[in-house]
Amino acid sequence: MPDDQTQLYADTADVQSREEQKKAPLFAGHVKVYPKKVAGVVRRYKWAVLIGLLAIYYLAPWLRWDRGAGVPDQAILIDLPNRRAYFFFIEIWPQEVYYLTVILIVAALGLFLATSLFGRIWCGFTCPQTVWTDLFMWVERLIEGDRNARMRLDKARMTTGKAARKVSKHAVWLIIAFATGGAWVLYFQNAPTFVVDFFTGQAGVGSYFFVGLFTATTYLLAGWAREQVCTYMCPWPRFQAALLDEDSLVVTYQSWRGEPRGKHKRGTSWDDRGDCIDCKACVSVCPTGIDIRDGIQLECIGCGLCIDACNDIMDKVGRPRELITFDSERNQALAAEGKPKRMRIVRPRTIAYVVVLALLIGAMAIGLSSRSTLELTLAHDRSPLFVTLSDGDIRNGYEVRILNKTHEEGVYTLALDGIEGATMSIAGQAADDVVEATLTAQPDSIASYRVFVTVPAADLTSDRVLLNFILTDVSTGATVLGEEAFRGPEP
Amino acid sequence: MPTKVEKDALTGTETTGHEWDGIKELNNPLPRWWLYIFYATIIFSVIWMLLYPSVPWLNGYFGGLLGYQQREVIEDQIGNARQAQAQFLDAIAESDLTALSEDPDLFQFALTGGEAAYNNNCAPCHGLGGAGQANYPVLADDVWLWGGSMEDIHHTLDVGVRWEENQDTRFSLMPAYGTLGIFDRDQIRDVANYVLTLSGQAAPDPEAAERGAALYAEQCALCHMDDGSGDRLQGSPALNDQLWLYGGELEEIMAQISAPRHGVMPAWGGRLDPATLNMLTLYVHSLGGGE
Ligand code: SF4
Ligand code: SF4
Repeated sequence: MPDDQTQLYADTADVQSREEQKKAPLFAGHVKVYPKKVAGVVRRYKWAVLIGLLAIYYLAPWLRWDRGAGVPDQAILIDLPNRRAYFFFIEIWPQEVYYLTVILIVAALGLFLATSLFGRIWCGFTCPQTVWTDLFMWVERLIEGDRNARMRLDKARMTTGKAARKVSKHAVWLIIAFATGGAWVLYFQNAPTFVVDFFTGQAGVGSYFFVGLFTATTYLLAGWAREQVCTYMCPWPRFQAALLDEDSLVVTYQSWRGEPRGKHKRGTSWDDRGDCIDCKACVSVCPTGIDIRDGIQLECIGCGLCIDACNDIMDKVGRPRELITFDSERNQALAAEGKPKRMRIVRPRTIAYVVVLALLIGAMAIGLSSRSTLELTLAHDRSPLFVTLSDGDIRNGYEVRILNKTHEEGVYTLALDGIEGATMSIAGQAADDVVEATLTAQPDSIASYRVFVTVPAADLTSDRVLLNFILTDVSTGATVLGEEAFRGPEP
Repeated sequence: MPTKVEKDALTGTETTGHEWDGIKELNNPLPRWWLYIFYATIIFSVIWMLLYPSVPWLNGYFGGLLGYQQREVIEDQIGNARQAQAQFLDAIAESDLTALSEDPDLFQFALTGGEAAYNNNCAPCHGLGGAGQANYPVLADDVWLWGGSMEDIHHTLDVGVRWEENQDTRFSLMPAYGTLGIFDRDQIRDVANYVLTLSGQAAPDPEAAERGAALYAEQCALCHMDDGSGDRLQGSPALNDQLWLYGGELEEIMAQISAPRHGVMPAWGGRLDPATLNMLTLYVHSLGGGE
């Protein structure tokens, strides 16, 4: 073989194809993957996505958002001690945690939609496991060199040089992992003050624990476990098959074009053979160490790096690019028969996902924009259910709670409706048996009142009558209604 | 005993030597990470056994080098909780009841503490939330035998009702008009009929009620007052309201005139500390009937 030809094969001489692996025993120990550096369009996209996502993750806790005095000014904050969550202009109380459910459902549906359109685009480009593993591999390459250098280094005897490289690699990994774990905790704390507290030893034990925990998991998952997370631990690869159909775009080796594969000598004819020169460049760059030419596989995370690798080879041997490409199963079948390809994006499945997504997002947008800043909850006394007074009137006790979600003190009037002659007394207020009472609630908090409602026995038609409580915000006129039973003796 | 240990051709690993329906198992080593964790747990357990109470002897146990005792930890925690409560309890024991109900923090603490004390000591007779039960007074209504102001409630709690161990106990006694032969059966019926009219109800036998009016004025009005409004100073119940401790039917009223029942409540002063008495007072007062 001429020199440049030898060059094509040299790097990958040891790579085993699936064919060869078939002869291997059922049990095989874990084989370390040494992905080779690759350049190309997909790789550039992956870098861009990686930088964008990491920037969001590390920097988002530092964004500020003015909410007025006495309220945290961190744009994104989950304030566990005070039971509040903030997201820019949105503020959520524990009672409204269902928004979180909707967000999770929306995220899941978005994932389903993206998967049915573009295959494992989530796995290949945006999954944290992929992003951090990519980052860690980049560090590894900087310190230990590319694929062959790393394999040589691992086989070599331990020397100071080797030790120095290994130690510095793990040190950099740990620093990144620490930054990652630290940034996670920042979403639960006021970032600027917390960082100072953290390094001066003032932060809570829990904070140190969680930073330690997430540092450890980042380091282990992105540094050591890597593709094993995708292959063995993650459930997603296992049920994504149910979301894919023959129109989904997946990383595909166009076997109708590539086969029969075989080594190719420069200058010889390309007739009666496929374009694949069996150089295994696609295998050597694969972060999960598989051979895409074996077809769609559980292990393939759809990162598309093999596309870049093969395009490079195709350029070198002068054949058209995209022997490995993003394509659908249906198109491959068409292409194999020599028919033109066609892309079907609008399909019953994708329409269904889009419709449900739109409905959910719409519902949530409406819910959030009309989110009430005032709520009323009522609890009827369990014991006594009712009290007969000396004049024969019936009295019930209620716990009335006003949720004031604004940042100003609220002044309200409480009135009753539904039972003729009903009057009330508020514990701690002087006036007895009134038809309208004035209540207040501190800013951003819950006010609780004991309210005794009295009804003349003659006005009570049954032992259980529904009673409406009407709470009106004096300054805005906003009204909320609450309904509770009024109990009495059997008539 | 394994019999046919053989080497697997592909891996070079030995089999376990057993065969189950033609299936052989390779004797692969345990994963190293698993083994290391296993060793680590063994080391951990040895250290633990040395430091903490672990091995039982015949007459006791090895207490560990740290001298750790769960009982002490609990006692510490209880002690700490007591200490944390002490500032509230001291203030509650010392301050007077009106001042107490004007300090929101103390008041809240007192209500919570009072509820706990109430549920432990009072609820068996007076019911949860002061709901009362047959023959035991409701504490959530607006009727009080001995007064419903905070001072009255506190005093009743302190000295009890007809609790003879306490010299100052609240005491009232109604003569047993039937048993002692003061009234005969017809007279009792007449008075009972009249008593019903005091609260605006129609007497089953109006003529009897008219006859009973004279007897009532002569015998009962001294304690229960002419209009039946009762007298809290003597602990005599009002008869002109809609609430009847021992039942409001004619028969029940007759039974009460003939051989009255008298409730007894222990004196809680001395049994409960002053702070708890104050807390109980505030709680009972807050149930809905406080005056
Ligand atoms: S598919 Fe492309 S990269 Fe893979 S072996 Fe064939 S020519 Fe090489
Ligand atoms: S086969 Fe290709 S797309 Fe799949 S994981 Fe490997 S490099 Fe990525």
